Amino acid sequence: MSMRHRYRHPGLNLTDTPDEHLAKNETTIFGFWVFLMSDLIFFGLMFAIYITSIGATAGGPRPHELFDFTSLAIQTVLLLTSSLTVGFASLVLKFDAKSGNLIVWLLVTLLLGLGFLFFEIRDFIEIAAKGGVPSRSGYLSAFYGLVLLHGLHVAMGCLWLVVIMIQIQVFGLINVVTTRLIRFALFWHFLDLIWIGIFSVVFFGGLHFG
Amino acid sequence: MNQTHSDLLGRLNLDSLPITALIKNPGTNEIVANVAGLVMLVGVLVVLFILTKFRLWRPLWSDWLTSTDHKKIGIMYVVFGIMMLARGVIEGVVMRAQQAMGAGSGFLEPDHFAQLFSTHGTIMVFFVAVPFVLGYINFVMPLQIGARDVAFPVMNQISLGLTVAAGMILMVSLVVGEFSTGGWTAYPPYTGARFNPGVGPDYWIWAIVVSGVGTTLSGINFAVTIYKMRAPGMLLSRMPLFCWTVICSSILIIFAMPPLSVAALLLGADRYMDFHFFTNDLGGNMMNYANLFWLFGHPEVYLLVLPVYGMYSEIVSTYSAKRLYGYLSLVIATMSIAVLSFTVWLHHFFTMGQSALINAVFGIATMLIAIPTGVKVYDWMATMYRGRIRFNVPMIYLVGFLILFVIGGLTGVILASPTVDFQVHNTLFLVAHFHNVLIPGVLFGLLAGYNYWFPKAFGFRLNERLGKLTAYLWIVGFMITFLPLYVVGLMGMPRRSYSYTDTEFVPWLVLAFIGALMILSALLVFLEQLRVSIRDRDQNRVPFGDPWDARTLEWSISAPPPEYNFAIIPTVTKRDAFAEAKITGQAYGSDDAYEDIKLPKNTPVGIMLCVLSGVWMFALVWWIWWLVALVTALIFLLVIGWSFFVDNERVIPAAQVRQEHQAWLAKLKATPPVDRDKEFSPENLGYAKTELAGDA
Amino acid sequence: MDNKTKYQRDLRFYLTGFILSLALTGMAFWAALGTTLSSGKIMAVVGVLGIVQLVVQLRYFLHINARKQKREDFDLILFSTLVLLIIVLGTVWIMGNLSIRMHTV
Ligand code: HEM
Ligand SMILES: [Cu+2]
Repeated sequence: MSMRHRYRHPGLNLTDTPDEHLAKNETTIFGFWVFLMSDLIFFGLMFAIYITSIGATAGGPRPHELFDFTSLAIQTVLLLTSSLTVGFASLVLKFDAKSGNLIVWLLVTLLLGLGFLFFEIRDFIEIAAKGGVPSRSGYLSAFYGLVLLHGLHVAMGCLWLVVIMIQIQVFGLINVVTTRLIRFALFWHFLDLIWIGIFSVVFFGGLHFG
Repeated sequence: MNQTHSDLLGRLNLDSLPITALIKNPGTNEIVANVAGLVMLVGVLVVLFILTKFRLWRPLWSDWLTSTDHKKIGIMYVVFGIMMLARGVIEGVVMRAQQAMGAGSGFLEPDHFAQLFSTHGTIMVFFVAVPFVLGYINFVMPLQIGARDVAFPVMNQISLGLTVAAGMILMVSLVVGEFSTGGWTAYPPYTGARFNPGVGPDYWIWAIVVSGVGTTLSGINFAVTIYKMRAPGMLLSRMPLFCWTVICSSILIIFAMPPLSVAALLLGADRYMDFHFFTNDLGGNMMNYANLFWLFGHPEVYLLVLPVYGMYSEIVSTYSAKRLYGYLSLVIATMSIAVLSFTVWLHHFFTMGQSALINAVFGIATMLIAIPTGVKVYDWMATMYRGRIRFNVPMIYLVGFLILFVIGGLTGVILASPTVDFQVHNTLFLVAHFHNVLIPGVLFGLLAGYNYWFPKAFGFRLNERLGKLTAYLWIVGFMITFLPLYVVGLMGMPRRSYSYTDTEFVPWLVLAFIGALMILSALLVFLEQLRVSIRDRDQNRVPFGDPWDARTLEWSISAPPPEYNFAIIPTVTKRDAFAEAKITGQAYGSDDAYEDIKLPKNTPVGIMLCVLSGVWMFALVWWIWWLVALVTALIFLLVIGWSFFVDNERVIPAAQVRQEHQAWLAKLKATPPVDRDKEFSPENLGYAKTELAGDA
Repeated sequence: MDNKTKYQRDLRFYLTGFILSLALTGMAFWAALGTTLSSGKIMAVVGVLGIVQLVVQLRYFLHINARKQKREDFDLILFSTLVLLIIVLGTVWIMGNLSIRMHTV
């Protein structure tokens, strides 16, 4: 392996030395990364639709009447912190896999993810109470479409994480399970990237241009 | 349509069956609809009967439906594609018949005609061209790069399952309810809930979404396979051109399917949950839909045509007994087309109202694509130049393609000019144009590839005489059917017209109908060729696997190939490694480096997801909510449950591999190689006395 | 390098990413909610901060590194970015132009 390409795949690399699983893992993780890029386009289009619909409130409530920025800040911090805790989990996996800390960090991540969802859903309920429902306008359709899509991804991520935690208990850290964990970490970081776009474009963009 | 609901059956009731319409209101239109449904039902019954009579259920299950072998999955894709092709062609002929008599009102009701062009377009693009192409890639690509399977064999099976389920739901729309009347593009607001409350657009939406997922997964699978699974020494720059086109096509799939899924899902959100993405009122904007659809639609045609260019490239060099001319220029041309194809989508809606500047930019970008395409055409011709050309069936298609595709391409450049497009858009000129590129460009290539690789897949050659007849019928039939449409298009006949008043169209449309009948006969001869070839298979066997003196790795192994493809993974030192080995006399060696081979076990996941997603779509279309919930839960359970099966490989011991391979080699060595003059004689057992020489 | 130093190196990496992201997020919130600049300027600032944060997270959380990455991994990211830009900017250009011409803004 040349020095130049020491990273065999995106995300934390568990080892620098080749072993029998490495080539196969590299393939699996690369495949997942390709999927994420396809998903990225999906999100990109929803962003584009949102941008084109920003004026389409059709007399319904406008963004600045709907958004709760305190809650937005809380959600942002929760998600960002969960990205860090996934990182911690990956580090435990790499350096200290035998210890019980792995499950602890994964659990913390799960709780942070659920916390994020809690605030997001609470916001949706409040927005709906102010008359901001998707059937009200093209703008609100685009808003819900994009933010819900992200939320759905987070929810799927939580479910996936639960499955992985169970599999760690059942099988221990066999190769199949650890690559799943690495892929999960990629997925989770990816959702944080998307979230940067959401608070910048959807919330701030909506506030200032809507 | 009756819109009453029940909790149990949603909006499904007796009025949903076409037979009810026939009883209430008998007429030609209803008879045609019912005959179509009947034909399908009889087809299903015949298949069930044959399976039961010949006790084929068990082999079908264990050798095919649960198989993760890329070769079998590829073959199943193609079988599915052929079935759908039959339906698509028949619909095309019925439409031609309607328009040939359409100066009055023909024999179909407008709605029925609209369903026909909608299903025809949807089927031809998503369930003929796509599965065919995916099938060939599946079968050929891993063999060409010296791999034992694709990167994700189970996911491959799931892709097939989803595609087939989506195709089947389209078939179901023939007998339960109706299909969309909104064309293959399904533009809202016409397809929105306001103007189209029935089930038609919902069938379209779910078929598109589910098959789209399947296709996306395939794209990922192929790209990863090529990037990570090549045999030692198989540098990208040594890959057969077909594999290059597969990479480009996979990239197109990965990046171009999302816009389609987004478009269809948002249309679904409008229809099911009262969103306002594309509605006329409350801030919806249908132009967003057109934009999304064509962000997908344009790359789509390239993701179909690129692999076919790849097939043509393989074919032309094999049957010219020459190395492919201009390999590097072909690679670059393919990649430029792939990138450019993301920059031209607006040419499908020049008339939507954006500024002249935007139209000009996209018009010029469109014209640019002609350049790399031109490069390819010259490369293929240069490959033939001074070659020892054999006019086998695939070469006939190739020549037909070269001539006709240039015409289709030229009309494309004409349409790329916004000013011209304003005159002819939405006329039959356009219909002539896209059939002119899709039929020679995609379908002919698939038929050529069918004749070329069939012996590899099944171990015997196809009947050459009937193959030639099929090819000529297709080519001539195509010309008679579609070239007249340029004329009526220029005369101003709109596309998708079930009737018209200008009698000057009539002679041209009658001519087109005659052509369509020729195409129909081409289809029949095609099936006859298959029947005759199966009957005569024992005189046409090619167990040694190289009936055409070809160049790439897939021809270096037996036909049909063993399930593990290569007894020993080849080490590649040059482009066209097998040709090289034949020239230097090193082909068919063995260095006794046999190893245990790990292959994935069979699994029923794909077929289970196929069934579940089929039911899921049906329940969604008919608003049977309890079933939607149930099946969704089952799908989750299945996927999660399956992820607990961590031990899914089986091992083929080295001893067995060695024994099989050595036996094959021994037989080969005991057989005299045949030269090209005996290509069609029973002596051609697939051991070629090579005519390739020198640096060829 | 022994395991412990490696561990500390990797740990520092994640923490750097986290702190930078937190700071960039804070700045974006402040720019958007706490200033009185014109909308255009605010969104320009938010946009730049957002892009910087994307790069930070790619670097520190996803361990993407132009020099150390396998070629196909990095090419894929570049190509995805290209397609994303074409699709999103193209859409905004076209639809924006249409809505100006139809007087819907
Ligand atoms: C094989 C013989 C074929 C015949 C006789 C045929 C005939 C027709 C006819 C009559 C129409 C309707 C034209 C109109 O709008 O007035 C049509 C539309 C169409 N065909 Fe074909 N076709 C054939 C093959 C194909 C193939 C191979 C493809 C694609 C791979 C294809 C794709 C389409 C599409 C996309 C439409 C547009 C549907 C729409 O308007 O929404 N056709 N064809
Ligand atoms: Cu196009």
